[in-house]
Amino acid sequence: MAEPLVEIKDLHVEFEVRDGIIKGVDGFTLTINRGETLGVIGESGCGKSITAKAVMQMVPKPGKITDGEIIYYRRDKYNPQKPTRIVNITKLDPDGDEIRSIRGGEFAMIFQEPMSSLTPVYTTGTHIGEALSLHRLLPKTVGEHMAEQMMQYRPVTKQEAREISIEMLQKVGIPKPHERVDAYPHQLSGGQRQRVMIAIALSCQPFMLIADEPTTALDVSIEAQILDLMRELQESMEMSIMFITHNLGVVAEMAKEIVVMYMGKQVEKSDTVRVFYEPKHPYTRALLQSIPKVGKRSSERLASIKGMVPDPFHLPKGCVFHPRCPSFMPGKCDVLTPNWIEAEPDHWVRCLLYEGV
Amino acid sequence: MLSYIARRILYMVIMVILVSFVSFLIIELPPGDYLTVKLQQLQARGDLSAQQRINEYRARYKLDQPVLTRYWNWITHFITGDFGESFEFERPVSEIIGQRAAMSVVLALSSITIVWCLAIPIGVYSATHQYSLGDQVVTTISFLGLGMPGFLLALLVLFFAMMVLKVEVGGLFSREFTDAPWSWAKVVDLLKHLWIPAVISSVTGTAGLVRIMRGNLLETLGQPFVEAARARGLKQGKVTWKHAVRVAINPLIVILTSEALPSIVAGDALVATVLNLPTVGPLFVRALISQDMFLAGTVLVFIVLMTMIGTLIGDLTLAALDPRIRLE
Repeated sequence: MAEPLVEIKDLHVEFEVRDGIIKGVDGFTLTINRGETLGVIGESGCGKSITAKAVMQMVPKPGKITDGEIIYYRRDKYNPQKPTRIVNITKLDPDGDEIRSIRGGEFAMIFQEPMSSLTPVYTTGTHIGEALSLHRLLPKTVGEHMAEQMMQYRPVTKQEAREISIEMLQKVGIPKPHERVDAYPHQLSGGQRQRVMIAIALSCQPFMLIADEPTTALDVSIEAQILDLMRELQESMEMSIMFITHNLGVVAEMAKEIVVMYMGKQVEKSDTVRVFYEPKHPYTRALLQSIPKVGKRSSERLASIKGMVPDPFHLPKGCVFHPRCPSFMPGKCDVLTPNWIEAEPDHWVRCLLYEGV
Repeated sequence: MLSYIARRILYMVIMVILVSFVSFLIIELPPGDYLTVKLQQLQARGDLSAQQRINEYRARYKLDQPVLTRYWNWITHFITGDFGESFEFERPVSEIIGQRAAMSVVLALSSITIVWCLAIPIGVYSATHQYSLGDQVVTTISFLGLGMPGFLLALLVLFFAMMVLKVEVGGLFSREFTDAPWSWAKVVDLLKHLWIPAVISSVTGTAGLVRIMRGNLLETLGQPFVEAARARGLKQGKVTWKHAVRVAINPLIVILTSEALPSIVAGDALVATVLNLPTVGPLFVRALISQDMFLAGTVLVFIVLMTMIGTLIGDLTLAALDPRIRLE
């Protein structure tokens, strides 16, 4: 049975800007299970990245978490069977000790921009070593005469950090890791930099990897390599992945479950197969139809979702998708706000079509 | 790397020769020379032997020879360390500059220290607290500092000191210490005077540097690697200093070396003139006005030399600090 690792409950993130308040995330609910991969898809600007950053308690200014909870079922890092504490991440001090030991140590994040996600003046070894010195402890030999098994831990030394760095670089498939550990970011290609980012993220053996469009900036062939790498490493480390993307093909390949986001809310959630083959929400259907297909006549126009993403200051009444929706029901969709309901077992949707109104 | 440095030094030599030649010609451009003025002065005083004495001088300083010959003589002696003789002071140039060089260095170093110790932290604060009250105050003050010329500030300070504080602030020493041998009391007296010019020349420098630091850091703080460092669990302060400032400060290193070294030779001459400081700056201005050829030329060559050495050191430091521009 799947065990929850993180539960996001009714999360609201608001940005106070000069012209008013933008609701970046507007009542988002989600559960990430241990060891599973969850895909979050949606258009640019729908709040995917903000949600990911909220989980790390690092919402960029001027954003603020105004409501909701992010519950993290924390466990002992060195004895993963032992639960320690249930933490509400939204309540933690963004620069406090607790969130900083979670960041990097228990939730690691990789970003969209591998080209500039590494500090240009430090070597790959320095980057990995920095993460290791913050989060990784090694077992210390304790007297063997002790009846009970007691483990003690100590921080890594510089030499060990270097050895682990080389090992990690090897794991993520960087050629000649002994040399590359001293390479500066500008000496690496985009794909290699993203591999280094993954090496940094995984060097501290996190419980969850948040991948925010990790392959968007890469070539398609490199993309496949990186995705394979992430899957392999996930299997060997029993780690959850929150995979954020707007690329439906990528998410189909990676995720067990998919959440579709629109304007800061989740609109559909189910396992990957059902989202792709039996999409319920009109938005999900429209998204799937807009994927170009090989073999289609080139004269045919590519299906696109009509209309524009609504102005964040003047959100439509009722269902926020109704002005663009092909199944728009006048008098209902522009009046009533749809609820998050389980239309079929394990297939959740937020649409009035399934509410029998 | 060594061959690169050697090449740069070769360029420097060529550059110094060119600059010295051009500046020699430019100083020569106005009609007449130092002695024409001197002659008029002596004749006005009714000195009958004036013409004869001037002729002696002319022969002594070889002013009767063509420009090129005089330049050649000067530059060949220059290399051996003989910078020629000042017309006005009738003493070797090296002696005159040497007298004032020490004070110039002390003043320049103290103002550079003040500038850097203030500008970096203030700039970092201003960028990390963008649009806060503190940032607005810093921004306002630094624009004032940028807008106000140093000499005007010097005049204001002089006025304030004399009228309100009733103290004498010109110069670097009180009257009784000017020619006294070095002693503890003299050092204290120097420090009492030194802070005023140091602060004045710091204000403009600090203001500019704060703006540059703030701008660079703001740009760097928006870079993904800063967010990535934070996502690794680093403390905010460490993210700022170890990652953002470390990258943002690189352009400032070049400013430090390429501007600081020439300012050691001849810092802000206007401020020094207003405050009556015994530094090289005012001396240089005076030599230019009176066409005191060798003195002016020597100072100029040193300024050029220092600028070029500063730039070279700056480039080398930058290469050491930033792997992206390291030379193969």
